[in-house]
Amino acid sequence: MTDNTNAISLVDRRRFLKLAGVSSSGLILGATLPNFQPAWADIAGTAAKDKSAAPLNLFVSIAKDNTVSIVCHRSEMGQGIRTGLPQVVADELEADWDLVEVVQGLGDKRYGSQNTDGSRSIRNFYTTMRTMGASARTMLEQAAAQLWSVPVSECQARKHRVHHSASDRSASFGELAELAATQKVPAEDTLVLKTPSNFNYIGKPVATYDTPAIVQGKGVFGQDVILDDMLIASIERAPVLGSKVASVDDSAARKISGVVAIENMDGGIEPPLFHPLSGVAVIATNTWAAMKARKALDIQWTDTSHAGHNSAPFIETLKQRVKQPGKVVTKYGDVASSLADAANTHSATYSVPYLAHASMEPPSATAVVKDDHCEIWACVQVPQGTQQHVANALGLTPEQVKVNVTLLGGGFGRKSKPDFAVEAALLAKKMQRPVKVVWSREDDIRHDYYHAAAASHFEAAMDDGGQVTGWQQRTAFPTISGTFAKGAEHPSNGELSLGFADMPFDIPHRQCETAPAEYEARIGWLRSVSNIQNAFGVCSFADELAHLLKRKPDEFLLELMGEDRHIDPNQGDFEYGNHGASLKDFPLDTARLKQVLAATAAKADLSQKGDHAQKAGEGWGIAVHRSFLSYVGIATKVAVENGRVAIKEMHCVADVGLAVNPDRVESQMEGSMIFGMSLALMGEIGMEKGAVTNSNFHDYPLLRMQQSPKMSVTLLGTEHAPAGVGEPGVPPVAPSITNAIFAACGERIRDLPVNKHLQLA
Amino acid sequence: MELTINGKVHQVDVDDDTPLLWALRDELKMTGTKFGCGAGLCGACTIHINGNPARACLTPITAAKGAKITTIEGLSDTGDHPLQQAWVKHNVPQCGYCQSGQLMSAAALLANNPNPSEKDIDSAMSGNLCRCGTYPRIKAAIQDAVQYYNAGEQQEKQGGE
Repeated sequence: MTDNTNAISLVDRRRFLKLAGVSSSGLILGATLPNFQPAWADIAGTAAKDKSAAPLNLFVSIAKDNTVSIVCHRSEMGQGIRTGLPQVVADELEADWDLVEVVQGLGDKRYGSQNTDGSRSIRNFYTTMRTMGASARTMLEQAAAQLWSVPVSECQARKHRVHHSASDRSASFGELAELAATQKVPAEDTLVLKTPSNFNYIGKPVATYDTPAIVQGKGVFGQDVILDDMLIASIERAPVLGSKVASVDDSAARKISGVVAIENMDGGIEPPLFHPLSGVAVIATNTWAAMKARKALDIQWTDTSHAGHNSAPFIETLKQRVKQPGKVVTKYGDVASSLADAANTHSATYSVPYLAHASMEPPSATAVVKDDHCEIWACVQVPQGTQQHVANALGLTPEQVKVNVTLLGGGFGRKSKPDFAVEAALLAKKMQRPVKVVWSREDDIRHDYYHAAAASHFEAAMDDGGQVTGWQQRTAFPTISGTFAKGAEHPSNGELSLGFADMPFDIPHRQCETAPAEYEARIGWLRSVSNIQNAFGVCSFADELAHLLKRKPDEFLLELMGEDRHIDPNQGDFEYGNHGASLKDFPLDTARLKQVLAATAAKADLSQKGDHAQKAGEGWGIAVHRSFLSYVGIATKVAVENGRVAIKEMHCVADVGLAVNPDRVESQMEGSMIFGMSLALMGEIGMEKGAVTNSNFHDYPLLRMQQSPKMSVTLLGTEHAPAGVGEPGVPPVAPSITNAIFAACGERIRDLPVNKHLQLA
Repeated sequence: MELTINGKVHQVDVDDDTPLLWALRDELKMTGTKFGCGAGLCGACTIHINGNPARACLTPITAAKGAKITTIEGLSDTGDHPLQQAWVKHNVPQCGYCQSGQLMSAAALLANNPNPSEKDIDSAMSGNLCRCGTYPRIKAAIQDAVQYYNAGEQQEKQGGE
């Protein structure tokens, strides 16, 4: 932890109330946080150099009526963060969870990073939240000591009261709140954190805070925001990157009742960053009128250099490129000689197509602009990024933009890009009325920031004894850096840190390389990012070698991982990201990876199953992967009958360190398995002439209930510090499926999705 | 136009081709029914029309005239429908966006088939997508709710006699 993390201080109450919208009085604490880097900076390799501490604050307040308000400054998108972070504070505070109110933090840089991405909300804020809770608890105990004129060491907070057992007195937190607010804030080194055996909530399956509202349809998402006098906008956007409106005939659209205005949206900017796309917005009194009128627009678009982009030949081109020598990232030993001298070699090339996020809630934002002030309500993962980009578009400062974060109907990385909030702000300014921009499903599928189409190539050298002596891997995909800077053609170190250059096998001669790929469509990070293609390649190729050498894949994998050790992938110009954490605090620990592998194999009882083929037409596949500082193994059983494949079982073993809320960790792993099945079995965005050919769930299908198999989740390693949860379950899913398909029927699927090769049962 | 929603009569002034979804969300400010695809592919807007599940995004307002419409807001008064209770018990929702539709599909299933098999559940829920992947918990919650639901129905019947 950095020095400035826990400078807890009393906070000016009016400022707090203004910031958090809490109506209470009593004790309020703030904590200074270090200035975390936004994830896109990590990945794009453009991290800001300014490490000076942003002064700022997380808050807990205790009202006289006993209500404890805890601010959640991160966005809730289904991962349960509005439960997880507050339950940590509540535990150290000795608060009664039933008296806790969760307040969603506004966008404000004084909170430190609010970018809800990179699977890092818990791992980056766990200790801070504990310290905050402990500080407040200590001040309540000090207040009680003063009230009763007894030593503070004799006062103990327990379940929302402070007790003095010697005199059998106690007082509620609410009764003590005002006096507590006058206490000196304890120095961090004097704080006594609870021992884990005394935890009331940490490590317990506390029920999700928002569930009662959600099951009654009362949760407010971005699409649900309604303001007085509000107009609705539906925007027809340029189908190809860089294209602009050339001409528009809106005469038919204007005749539709309810239409108030039709406005051109400037755009076509490259690099695209988070700028709105060029388009024509229909602004109407209701959503249906806006959508209907939009269909009546006749728009001509300007030509762009991306209009020749076709995804299928593009992927073939990438597959050819990765077979040629590329740019060396890291190099150990002499892989060329090992291949030349090998008794046996094997090579394979894999591909993953473009993928869309397809969160159930299409993006939506509502804005009001008055003079030099803008207020936004939006389902964004990046409230401060939203402030910044809206401010840039309107010519305001970020402080003049107030961002209210609604619930997010899924995010998966799409809502880290606030382009839709900028659209709302620009239109609200033009209309001088509140405007809600409603993205349709077609808008969402066609104008995403896509997961990059990717190709990877592997070559292995083996000796007479069946030992792998050389391993060459090469990858090519349009980099996320291209979203921020023109001309980037090779993956960044950040992207190569996601399961590529940190590949865990102990092979004497190995080399990682990249090949170039053109940036032809908006590219962004999708749940687990490049780990998707990297784990698919690495875990597939290792499985291929196992079968070639007639070894049981799980045993072979254990052997490839070698001795228990900590890997440091840094070499030369390659700086290993380690998901923003130090290798000292979070080593790349093969012992943990091997434990997860062994536990995954045991869960599927693979020791009884030879080469994993169980009987004709059925097979098991296994894959393990470390990402976001967590270690996850997946074992999958498939059945292939008459060319149709069905997933029968899937088991997940995850070492995510301490699970603050094990139920939410399990639910994230369940969701990761289903997310992984969707992308592996049926996920593919196609592009022709630069435009996306998919449009809705009929041609960009997601897994449905009847395709969802029996599944289990096992958590290991809870003695370690908390690590990432939201994303690390996804990467091993696809290779576990294709490995199982090979075991079942001998067909090796190297190009996702599976349904290009086999029908889905 | 007059619409009967959750037992109350509402007046809406919209074009005849307006889908019920937008009358609910924009005109009546009942946002529990969600917009997911606009094409009947995801089930996020599932409501009941005369007790049968329907997609509000594909139901023209004219087709809803005179019918008894139930939305998530009317599934129970206080969130105590057996399915809502089971959803809480199993901690089903993740992001929650699809859950109104999931609950309405499940409620229609139980109302029409008090003892659904796993296949019946799969079939009734096959039109409801969940990107977060809550299917295993939805299924478990429905199976759990069945017994409470039937006990409740039994009581209601006895009470009525």
